[in-house]
Amino acid sequence: MASFLKATYFIHSNSNNFQSHPFPKSYTQRLKISTSPKPLTMASLTTNAAAVGLSQTFTRLKKQGKVALIPYITAGDPDLATTAEALKVLDRCGSDIIELGVPYSDPLADGPVIQAAASRSLNKGTNFAKVMSMLEDVVPQLSCPIALFTYYNPILKRGVEKFMATVRDTGVHGLVVPDVPLEETEMLRKEAARHNIELVLLTTPTTPKTRMKAITEASEGFVYLVSSVGVTGARATVSSKVQSLLKDIKEATPKPVAVGFGISKPEHVKQVAEWGADGVIVGSAMVRILGEAKSPEEGLKELEVFATSLKSALP
Amino acid sequence: MACCNVETIFGLGNIGRKLQVFPSHNYKASVISCVAVGPSQTPQVPWKLVFHEKERSLLSNEKYGIYGGKFVPETLISPLTKLDYEFNSALRDPLFQMELEVTLRDYVGRETPLYFAQRLTDYYKSINRGTGPDIYLKREDLNHGGAHKINNAIAQAMLAKRMGCKSVMAATGAGQHGVATAAACAKLSLECTIFMGSLDMERQPSNVLLMKHLGAKVKSVNGNFKDAVSEGIRNWVNDLETSYFLAGAAVGPHPCPTMVREFQSIIGKETRKQAMEKWGGKPDVLVACVGSGSNALGLFHEFILDQDVRLIGVEAGGTGLDSGKHSATMARGEVGVYHGAMSYLLQDEEGQIIGPHSIGVGLEYPGVSPELSYLKDIGRAEFSSVTDEQALEAYKRLCRLEGIFPALESSHALAFLGKLCSTLKDGEKVVVNLSGRGDKDAAAVFNHTPKHE
Repeated sequence: MASFLKATYFIHSNSNNFQSHPFPKSYTQRLKISTSPKPLTMASLTTNAAAVGLSQTFTRLKKQGKVALIPYITAGDPDLATTAEALKVLDRCGSDIIELGVPYSDPLADGPVIQAAASRSLNKGTNFAKVMSMLEDVVPQLSCPIALFTYYNPILKRGVEKFMATVRDTGVHGLVVPDVPLEETEMLRKEAARHNIELVLLTTPTTPKTRMKAITEASEGFVYLVSSVGVTGARATVSSKVQSLLKDIKEATPKPVAVGFGISKPEHVKQVAEWGADGVIVGSAMVRILGEAKSPEEGLKELEVFATSLKSALP
Repeated sequence: MACCNVETIFGLGNIGRKLQVFPSHNYKASVISCVAVGPSQTPQVPWKLVFHEKERSLLSNEKYGIYGGKFVPETLISPLTKLDYEFNSALRDPLFQMELEVTLRDYVGRETPLYFAQRLTDYYKSINRGTGPDIYLKREDLNHGGAHKINNAIAQAMLAKRMGCKSVMAATGAGQHGVATAAACAKLSLECTIFMGSLDMERQPSNVLLMKHLGAKVKSVNGNFKDAVSEGIRNWVNDLETSYFLAGAAVGPHPCPTMVREFQSIIGKETRKQAMEKWGGKPDVLVACVGSGSNALGLFHEFILDQDVRLIGVEAGGTGLDSGKHSATMARGEVGVYHGAMSYLLQDEEGQIIGPHSIGVGLEYPGVSPELSYLKDIGRAEFSSVTDEQALEAYKRLCRLEGIFPALESSHALAFLGKLCSTLKDGEKVVVNLSGRGDKDAAAVFNHTPKHE
């Protein structure tokens, strides 16, 4: 009898693709997520230097007529100590938000530069706990907020609630998870909101308009516009489609939009800012500098020069 | 559109039959309305190709319980939705179905026999006090290409052609899916790029050569199958306009697991018919090896609602489950998200993916099909594992007893008979899916054999 009931459960009714459905109880039990509310710890309430979150940063920049510079680096490449220094360097050069990538064994959205950085970092023994403890030290010394960039499986493994709590304790303000589609974000968004973490969602050139609108509505912090159809990695030019995509998004939402993927030169950054972006994200170009440098010190110096050149190309 | 001569197909033999409605509560024959044909012909759709309403709801469902889904970067969501739509449309298209049926018969060589393994049956009876089940082998090794992979590859290549794609990309482990895809692309004049792990290329060199002869570009990826899949997906993302990613394994984002299973389910459909012809009943136990689950689901899916048929999946135990070098996802995995789907997954405490190991190269995959994950949870399917050693023994045993050389992957299913037969009653019917043939493994088996044998 029970197996008959189970067999009929197997025959699901078709549900609207865009509707996010709550996970059944058995799922939360399986993943051992505690559903009792956890009080925010004192650590997350202390005013560290970057008490301002992502959206507030954009609000301030807009008032000043400025465009945000958002560098991305992979944690642990060449090593965590260098990453800690790099975060400080980037902050000094005027970065408005910094994205920090947690290395993962199978990064589907990343091109060869970031893939290689992740492998090197993992081989050195970087793990989530070490990244968190590094951030606990460094975040209070930074004036700009940090957004963590991670794939979904490591989050699931720890349990969404526990993950969010741990991340919040280090003072991180934002989160980007590239392999969770809108339909699956309900749990993440709920827990992120509960812990005051802004979950940034991505929209791309292949996203149809109605879906794009739903994504912009659900995104917190800012809307991440992927500039091209492909994986991360520097490209020669920024696709001209970005201009019309920016226009469409701005018609759909007043939230700030930052453009990423493929942007590697001051000219790109200037162009994207002129097209109306509120922020520009530069990843692989930064990662390559740190990864290919002759020594960590050299890398940090080159990083400083590069970040400064990008900042000066922005209003 | 289907590139076949419509008149020729409708001129073929005795296909004008009445629509039959299956005597089951959820079945409803869907009416396929008009098909443009020659001036005075009204098409009669063969009953077995009628697309049933019940199946349709399963197919457009993205998940099996909590498993499955589309956990991919946003860039891929639209192309996957489009693929899902095209897939469903092809399934409803009688012309596509006709062409597929002809291709499966004349190019792939279906239907494959359900072979009664007399000596193997006698062997297991002799070690169990004279009683034991009757063992039948579903001969997927006799397909063109030497494995069940072609069932899915040719159908998806036809789908790619129908969608107007110019090139096909695929990732392969043991090489069988690569060979099948390369063959299908050659037949349909599509460009073909196959991604294969560098470690796998060393282990299955004959398949690499075959793919090249069939006109495919073979790209080496550092690592093994899971890395080839990741690289294949990344390359597909970079070329979404004209290229098609041909999934060979029943994993990945929706609709890939469903498509693969649907095209492989011909195995189970034939088995039902053949079992009825041979002994007037259904099989009692179905056994198949499980890497990602494509051949297992191909055999099992037809029988999922037949509660009196046991479904047993056999995974690669490598050098032992406790050695850490295995690919037994159901036994040692936990629920996670990988390559676009939620399923059981071999992962470490950090949530990083563990590289698996098996002597059966095609079984090395850290994830598993979402559908099989669901069947495990609801207790509909059972899972076990056998070691490399046991698989090697089974390879040699089938060679000596039946004169059939099985792939090392399929040998895992055969090896499980050792544990299974003693628990079954006399005369119970067991069907083992012989998912592929083992010429490609002859050298590996030889190298693992002590020299005095």
